[in-house]
Amino acid sequence: MNAVAPLTQGAAVVVHGLTRRFGDDPVVLDRLDLAIAPGEFVALLGHSGSGKSTLLRTLAGLDPVTEGSVTRPRDVSVVFQESRLLPWKRVWQNIVLGQDGANRRDRAASVLEEVGLGHRVDAWPLTLSGGEAQRAALARALVREPAFLMLDEPFAALDALTRLKMQRLVSNLWTRHRCSVLLVTHDVDEALLLADRAVVLERGRIRTNLPIPMERPRRHADPRFEHLRGVLLESLGVHDD
Amino acid sequence: MSGTLIRTASPVAERGHRRSAWRPALGVLTRYASPLLLVLLWQAACSAGLLSTRLVASPVQIVATGWALTRDGSLQTNLLVSLARAGAGLGIAFVAGVGLALVSGLSRLGEDIVDAPMQILRTLPALALVPLFILWFGIGETPKIALVALGSGFPIYLNLHKGIRSIDPKLLEMARTLGLSRARTIRGVILPGALPDLLVGLRFAVGISWLMLVVAEQVNADSGIGHMMMDAEDFLRTDIILVGLAIYGLLGLASDQIVRFLETALLSWRPSHRAARSA
Repeated sequence: MNAVAPLTQGAAVVVHGLTRRFGDDPVVLDRLDLAIAPGEFVALLGHSGSGKSTLLRTLAGLDPVTEGSVTRPRDVSVVFQESRLLPWKRVWQNIVLGQDGANRRDRAASVLEEVGLGHRVDAWPLTLSGGEAQRAALARALVREPAFLMLDEPFAALDALTRLKMQRLVSNLWTRHRCSVLLVTHDVDEALLLADRAVVLERGRIRTNLPIPMERPRRHADPRFEHLRGVLLESLGVHDD
Repeated sequence: MSGTLIRTASPVAERGHRRSAWRPALGVLTRYASPLLLVLLWQAACSAGLLSTRLVASPVQIVATGWALTRDGSLQTNLLVSLARAGAGLGIAFVAGVGLALVSGLSRLGEDIVDAPMQILRTLPALALVPLFILWFGIGETPKIALVALGSGFPIYLNLHKGIRSIDPKLLEMARTLGLSRARTIRGVILPGALPDLLVGLRFAVGISWLMLVVAEQVNADSGIGHMMMDAEDFLRTDIILVGLAIYGLLGLASDQIVRFLETALLSWRPSHRAARSA
């Protein structure tokens, strides 16, 4: 393997020259380079079919690396659009699924408390609301103390009010845990509220790499917010007149 | 404004309440009224001589015969023999069906080896094997148990295999991202996910086991409910035949209830089961 560029030194996640194709179709990922620093929050935007999901699946270890290289921490967690809780295990058992140790239940309870789900420790997953289920999925991701957390459109299926609450929750959790985060989203506002940097993907390549140098908590009314919003929408091909 | 709201709302609520109090009792009454009426008509027809008791015994006669057979112990003896046959056959079917389904559900190679012959064999009507089974196993217990096992093994295999193969791939993906080992994935994700299908298969299997038993016991048997009925045929005892039919019916009903109970106990995570239990 070639040496990694100096810019990516010390990065938590390094993607180098990643190419992915399915059969004879045009490439999904085209010699992609991306580095995420430890503790950095990166939002990944792009149209459907731009390769966002393929990149995330590759980073999650669900898709193989055929061309290029991927370096990532050992401890990673993924939260999907659907909670993907096992309906036949109680919420706390889902949280510590596959984990060993004597105090599994206590650990599950404390992380559920952290995501505001302390009262549903013993509930069956099918009795949870959409927002509660996503909180449980977040808890399942956090209990593993990941160095790198991947969020695949985690709030896309939630109603607008629940989504706002969940965004605030993720922001708080990230401030506390300080893991690297890759958030795949369609929502420009969500990216601007949460991320340190927004990356726009187009046909398997990075089209825009936009730092978001705003202190938190962020407000929509901030003129910088407005400006960055315009830039991001522009690079997504939506013209805001 | 609020006054009108209250006035319009209260009669509706009251009526709803009254109806909900009456409905169950009325429902039970209407549900059992028509079968009861049919039995009464049947009895009346027999008593009036419209129905020949040589063709169909009257309900009163059936109850009396059932009581007499219980008192001399022949009903219990035959019932136990039948139960033992069904139980043994079902047990073999369960072990074989689950074992084969696990082999073919959990590995590609296993599926290639096991599934094709199973899919071919299942199209054979098991009852057509009776002559062959008698040739192979004689007329003892073996052909009867084998027939029950063969007939009820397939639904268990087919449903469990389907259940394992139709586990939500998203859950399996999730298990991979959590770093679950293969053994843990099978134990925690695949088997519990396939359990509802296994229970559906078991329910079919129980039904089929009685069907198989009826046939097996009417061919070359010297005990069992089926034999009791065949014996009664020789003496034109329609009352005994009908007692046998009633026993088969009750056995089918009871075994179905047992599987239903298993479903409620094992699938308590399902919202529908919880609602049914609290109601």
